[in-house]
This record gives sequence, C-alpha cells and structure tokens, in this order.
Amino acid sequence: MSDVFPRIEPLGEAALLVRFTDRLDDAANRACVAFRADLEADRPEGVEETASSLGSVLVRGVSPGLEGALQDRLAARDWSAVPPPPRRLWAIPCSYGGEDGPQLAEAASMAGMDPAEAIAALASARVRVLALGFAPGMPYLGILPEAWDLPRQTGLTPRVPEGALVVAVRQLVLFATSAPTGWRQVGLTRFGCFRPGRSRPIALSPGDEIAFPAVSPAELRERAEADPDGHGGATWERLE
Amino acid sequence: MIELLACGPLVTVQDAGRPGYLSQGLAQGGAADRMALAEAERLLGEAGAGIETPGAPLRLKLDAPMRLALTGAPMRASVAGRALEWNTAQTLPDGAVLDLKPAGRGVYSYLHVQGGLRTEAVLGSRAAHLIAGIGRPLEAGDRLPCEASEGPALRIVPQDRFGGGEIRLLPTPQTRLFPEAERARFAATAFTRDPRGNRQGVRLDMDGGGFATEGQLSLLSDFILPGDIQMTGDGVPYILGPECQTTGGYPRIGTVIGADLPRALQAPPGATLRFRFVTAEEARAAATPPAKPQPLVRDPREVDLYGAQLIGGVVSARAP
Repeated sequence: MSDVFPRIEPLGEAALLVRFTDRLDDAANRACVAFRADLEADRPEGVEETASSLGSVLVRGVSPGLEGALQDRLAARDWSAVPPPPRRLWAIPCSYGGEDGPQLAEAASMAGMDPAEAIAALASARVRVLALGFAPGMPYLGILPEAWDLPRQTGLTPRVPEGALVVAVRQLVLFATSAPTGWRQVGLTRFGCFRPGRSRPIALSPGDEIAFPAVSPAELRERAEADPDGHGGATWERLE
Repeated sequence: MIELLACGPLVTVQDAGRPGYLSQGLAQGGAADRMALAEAERLLGEAGAGIETPGAPLRLKLDAPMRLALTGAPMRASVAGRALEWNTAQTLPDGAVLDLKPAGRGVYSYLHVQGGLRTEAVLGSRAAHLIAGIGRPLEAGDRLPCEASEGPALRIVPQDRFGGGEIRLLPTPQTRLFPEAERARFAATAFTRDPRGNRQGVRLDMDGGGFATEGQLSLLSDFILPGDIQMTGDGVPYILGPECQTTGGYPRIGTVIGADLPRALQAPPGATLRFRFVTAEEARAAATPPAKPQPLVRDPREVDLYGAQLIGGVVSARAP
C-alpha cells in the first residue's frame, strides 16, 4: 500500500474512505474536519452520510462517478489549511485527582510533573474534538504536548464512571458511558456527552474546542446539580 | 395495543435503525437480521418497528384484531394451542394470546404488526440501542401501542441463513497488514460461533493461535462498520453487529458482504463458519431481495370445517 496521502480506499460494498494520515497528526485531522464539512455543504450525488475520524473521512453511499468526484475535490485545495467550519468552544468543569482522578499522580509522574503541575497543565490546555466514537458523543481530544505521550496501561481499568477524563497517547477522552479502559483517569466531569431527551442529544461535534478548568469536587457536583441540560455546568460560545 | 404477558431477556423493539449519526459516534443499529425485516415488509406492506427476540420466549396478547408477520429464526408459535406457521403473515383475532418458544435454529426472530409498533422514537427511530443507552429490553407488563389491522394470510419462502456456512468477505483497508500466511490460514480455518455474542459482536472460536498483524497495537483508530471481522488483542475474531462501536483501533481482517451478514449474525452457537474473500462486483451481485409472498394455504387436516364460513356472501339461494 502506498504511503501517499490523502488517498481513497473502498470500505465494504457501500462506502469509501478518504484517508489523510495513518498516524496521529493535527494538520491531517483538521483536513478531515474541513473536507467533511465541505462534503456536507455540497454532497456529491449518491452520498448518504459522511463522518470524520482521527485521520479519515467516511463517505457512505456509492455511485459510479463518486470516486472521481472525490479525487477532484481533494485535489482542489490544501485541506489542512482550510479554515475550520463554525464550531463551539466549551469550558467543562473538571475535578482533578483524589477520588475523582485516581490515576492523576501516576500520569503526572509519567509526564515528568508533580500533581499540581499536571493539573495546571491539563486545566489550561485547549484541546480539539478530533473525533467522536466508541460510544455516542464520546470525544477523542488532542493533541496534547509531547510530555503526555503516555502509553496505554497493559491491563484494563475494569470500569471508569461516565464523565471520567482519561489520558494516553497525547489525547484525552471524556467517557460518555461507564466502561473499561486502558487509559488513566485523571479527573471527573459531569458532562453528559449523550442525553437522548435533550434538544441536542449529542453535545459535541468534531472540530469543537474544549478546556477543562479545575474545580473542587464540591463545586463540580453543585454546578452539575444546577444544570438542567446535563452538561455538568459547562458553558460554551460559538467560534467562527 | 400488544401487551407482553411474559418476556425473556434482551427482547427489544427494532426497525431499520438510525443512519446519519456516525460522525457523532452513534452506530446505525436496528434489526440484526435485515433480511427478516425485508421479509416482514414484503409480507405486511408496512412493517415499521417490530419485536426482535434473540431466542428468548415471549407471550403476548392482542387487544384488537391484528395482522402479524413472523420472520427470522424460526420459533414454535402457537395461539391457544394451535400451531402457527413461521414465515407467514396472518390475522389474529381480538384477545388472541400468542406464544413464541425457541426452536434451536438461528438466533434472532421477529414479530411485526402491520403498520408497525408506535413506541417512542428517538432520533428518528424506535430501535433500542442498548450499548448507546437508547431504549431498554422489553419486559412482562409492557404495552406496545399499535393499530388494529387485517388482511390476507401469506407465506414467504425465506433465504436459508440459520445454520452458519460459508460467509463471503471483502478486504478492509487493514487486510493487507496481516501477513499473507495469516490470511491464508484464516481462509482455511473452520470457525465455531461461540456462545458469547450479542448485538455488538459475536465471538468466533478456532483451533490454532490468534491472528495478528505487525504493529497492531499502535494503529490509528478508524471507522468500523457492522460486518467487520475485528481481531481483538489476543487475535480472536469477532463479527461486529448492528450495535458495534463506530471507531476502533483493532485491525479488521475483512468485512462480511451485505448479502451474507444476516447469515453471519444468525449462526447459532456451535455453528461452523468459513470465510472466503470475493470481489466487490461479486458482493454487489450477491444482493438478493426477499421472495414474493404467496397465499398461505393451510393443510386441509387443520381446517375446522364446522367453524369455517364456506359459502360467504350467499344469503338465500332464491334471492336474485
């Protein structure tokens, strides 16, 4: 297989994959989000659905001329340089360490920091939603500085709670559901990634940006109690 | 209204699922056996949302005459002790109590009512998606809204798909990461459908070691679709189902073609599955719609001649 990107690969009988990279890469991920937004703004004939992942864009629905149309569109611009589509900037309160982040100290030490430095670094990082996946609305967030290139655990943590903020491989993941994980839990939010009854059931979109300001365990719970939307006291503003 | 009098585990309402949310991490979901859904559509005209049972027994009561279709894995169906044929649509009277019991072939069985169940829709679908936290398994006492209906008794000849067999695959973008010898061993292996399986995925057993690629633990997570055969960390394959995760990092050695996916997911525990790679052209050519329904003609020995209205419409022989 060639190492030339972007390239188009078949995915089963009824989908194509436009792959921008085969490793974690911020510019390629931005290209994924921008290219997908362009496809949504002007869907080629036969396309039923599109989605972006960390490094590729899924195009579901196949028509005879689709691959050529996608090639032409790919070649038309440098997609990593295209300004991102309208998106939101979220501030999601997070309680770091202690019972809410039982592996903070371990993760901090692996990143070469003491716990207070690690909290300051994570609470001031502004990460992008690289992709949603695994569970509905669950974000892969990055890309964190090199220091956070932590390997996954060899064993799984049997269960982290919904809202857990976990870290590995220069990314954060905010759990949309309670599940096992090989990533280390550094904090807890009360952000509901997916609430079927909400006017916008899936809160985040790929391309959204997020900061996780530090709050005390008590403040986290108070703000979550007072948030009827299930966003755990998060606020957001629109970015253009 | 259909009332569930008794209900085994993991029985859910399913329809065609909710396409369009992959970018938000939500798999389409819906009926595990899409052919059974298509057969119900052919039988009823409009099947909509129905009941999917993974072999769990069911007993339900109708509060109006209703035309029902029974498709998918055959179950023993009866009303007041009278057996009902599977793969049919029939009208049952007001108050009828229908019993469904597993018969040991296939996994997923379907009961649809003409016009479909009118349970609550979430994001455009009534399908339960348990992994995503949408809906819940049905239980005794549940009342499922639907309309009265009636119509002809029909039968449909199902495509056989309830005992495993050969499953055709297309390569995935990761297929080539498996060394050629591993791919050849995969194609030569007879797999057994493990008892561990659900709507998220079905585990396969085999003799011999797991299947691995080089560097598979550092693959960038990418899109997953139902039918993908994913190798877990220990190299054991899973056939992914309608509630599979939308992205993942474990490599996929192949993906089951649409025409064979109902058979892959209907293979009961213990069934043998073999895999054969085909071209995309062959995969597309393999897609076959369900057969046309035929009138259901009962065995004359089952017909109650005293209770049958044999001269409908004739009131008096002397009237004009």
